[in-house]
Amino acid sequence: MVDANELLSLDDLQAAGNIRTGRQHVLSILVENKPGVLTRVSGLFTRRGFNIDTLSVGPTDDERISRITLTLDGSSQPIDQLTKQLHKLINVLKIKDLDPAETVARELALFKVSVDAQTRSEIRELAEVFRGKVVDVGKRSIIVEVTGDRSKIEAFERLVRPYGLVEMIRTGSVAIARGREET
Amino acid sequence: MRAVDAIMECLKAEGVDVVFGYPGGANLPTYDAFVDADIHHVLVRHEAGAGHAAQGYAKTTGKVGVAFGTSGPGATNLVTPIMDAMMDSVPVVFFTGQVRTELLGTDGFQEADTIGITMPAVKHSFLITDPRELPRTIHEAFHIARTGRPGPVVIDLPMDLSKVDIAYEPVTDVHLPGYQPRTVGNAKQIKQAARALAAARRPMIYAGGGVVLANASDALRELVREGGFPITQTLMGLGAYPAPDPQFLGMLGMHGTRAANYAMDEADLICAIGARFDDRVTGKLSEFAPRAKFIHIDVDPAEISKNIPAHIPIVGDAAQILPRLTEEYRALGADASRMDEWWQRIHAWQARHPLTYEPGENGEIKPQQVIETLYRITGGDAIICSDVGQHQMWAAQYYHYPEPRRWINSGGLGTMGFGLPAAIGAQIGDPERTTVVVSGDGSIQMNIQELATIRQENIPVKVVVLNNGYLGMVRQWQELFWQERYSHVDMGTFGGEEAFPDFVKLADAYGIRGIRLTESGSFEDDLRAAIEAEGPAFIDVRVTRDEKVYPMIAPGEAARNMVG
Repeated sequence: MVDANELLSLDDLQAAGNIRTGRQHVLSILVENKPGVLTRVSGLFTRRGFNIDTLSVGPTDDERISRITLTLDGSSQPIDQLTKQLHKLINVLKIKDLDPAETVARELALFKVSVDAQTRSEIRELAEVFRGKVVDVGKRSIIVEVTGDRSKIEAFERLVRPYGLVEMIRTGSVAIARGREET
Repeated sequence: MRAVDAIMECLKAEGVDVVFGYPGGANLPTYDAFVDADIHHVLVRHEAGAGHAAQGYAKTTGKVGVAFGTSGPGATNLVTPIMDAMMDSVPVVFFTGQVRTELLGTDGFQEADTIGITMPAVKHSFLITDPRELPRTIHEAFHIARTGRPGPVVIDLPMDLSKVDIAYEPVTDVHLPGYQPRTVGNAKQIKQAARALAAARRPMIYAGGGVVLANASDALRELVREGGFPITQTLMGLGAYPAPDPQFLGMLGMHGTRAANYAMDEADLICAIGARFDDRVTGKLSEFAPRAKFIHIDVDPAEISKNIPAHIPIVGDAAQILPRLTEEYRALGADASRMDEWWQRIHAWQARHPLTYEPGENGEIKPQQVIETLYRITGGDAIICSDVGQHQMWAAQYYHYPEPRRWINSGGLGTMGFGLPAAIGAQIGDPERTTVVVSGDGSIQMNIQELATIRQENIPVKVVVLNNGYLGMVRQWQELFWQERYSHVDMGTFGGEEAFPDFVKLADAYGIRGIRLTESGSFEDDLRAAIEAEGPAFIDVRVTRDEKVYPMIAPGEAARNMVG
């Protein structure tokens, strides 16, 4: 007979899955460096109705393997379902959902700002405060390179916009886990 | 040897004895290799036929099906079977020809981006760029197609590479670092599931096509009988648990039985095995089984909690998990009498709402009667290959499948035109068993050219068309949900001299015995004679035109609001 201690209350069972976490997620994905892998990954997002905020792809120290870094909004989509779908792609080797507190994430942005003789130095000063670099100076414009997390890039954008932001080019995030552990 | 000869060696090494295909320009080298290969190649009449035949073969035998097509239109014609195999998790390897490497991307003659077009429809795909990789790739493709959650794999081979001389060495190991399906199932979770089943007073077993794919029917039967649980099955699961059977409540979902749907609605614990909570099963998701906790067993982790959050998820192979679950459950020594009230309630539903229909009037043949008669004639022992529509639902409701792999249909994608070619694969896969296509006058015309393949292969497939002259399921929806505004559903196939096509003449033209049955009185004898006669037959059965499939959960409705 069933031991009373063995019995389990169905009411106590908690469902898991498809939880909206409500925060930004950074997924670091190792994939085989083969033709069409990026299409497979991005196609999966479209097909399953997921939205990518940013995406960047680059080589790793192993030429057979590339890394894709994705940022996504966990308030509007179930991250666990998404990672499970990604895992089904044969060329996906490893997925890590990086904990923001344990992660260093950086974006790079290039700002082309229109300047005149007077505002040129103001932009230079701003760049300095943001530890940005002036990478090109023209008569009527200046290009500043800023590296940092998303909020820093967005703060710089707000500051230079009133001067006349000609254009801005941003990369997606790249991220690495803090400490000894591999990403 | 030539790369294409290596293909043949690889196929033999994989145990392939039959393939289905259609030659063309870009796969001429491959077809040259077939001349001396000693592999049974079935020449179909449309590439879609090749794909569906490979699916029918795979579904019947459990082995990997193989289909060949040329580049461009050959490949695009395969897209429907590829997607169909994806939706129903059918292991099929598709070989497509491709234009010469130097023409890739130039809009060459019969060029299509096969890898791109099929990407969202495959489990995996390969474009061959180095012919030396071909043998390994083929074995990887078979491995991927058949393991884990099975599915379609495409191999696209440019013509120039297929002629290259390569050193062929048998490949005995497959190493895919990014692909390691979990099969065993977590021991703690299995124990937890057993305890939940033992505690449940209103449990339901909900089994799907995954049980068939995992060859876990015996294990399922043992669990259900050990526990004395009520069981329902999805359209794809039929036959995994034998029907008829006192513990089997019938299929669930849109056209399932009331007993099965009501039991799901009132269950306190649902144990889903190889099923994916499809919308045709759940109806309105937010009102599906509102009182239930869920155990979900599936080999694909992405299915778990996709539609319905699981309380006890178990990832793995049903054939491995179910015996352990049964053992754990048995060890608990649960008292079956806790389910007495539950069974009484279920029996009351069964008594009040059996599957039924009004007999035909004035000698008219009812479509349900055709399926019931077919069941009697074949003793439930035939392979039934269905197309898609009303006839499919009736064949699921009124034919009782005693074993798995006897009910072959297109469930997920719902592909009209699937049945006839699938039956070719099924019959070749199981040559001694009576194989019957159950189709409608709409579906059958979607791949009717495959009658020529049946003739050429000289296989005794019987085709039974429930001919009501309508696209019956569309007509049913227009009647019920679109205020009887009938739009383009009359097929012209019903009636006397003016009916077109005349299926009897058409069958005759293919060299296949054509028979028309219109009289209810002699129907059973006539059908028996037609089914039992040797060789293929095409049986055009004129049935009640406006019969509807009932009961029904209207789209977007909850199960408890079934009608009909």
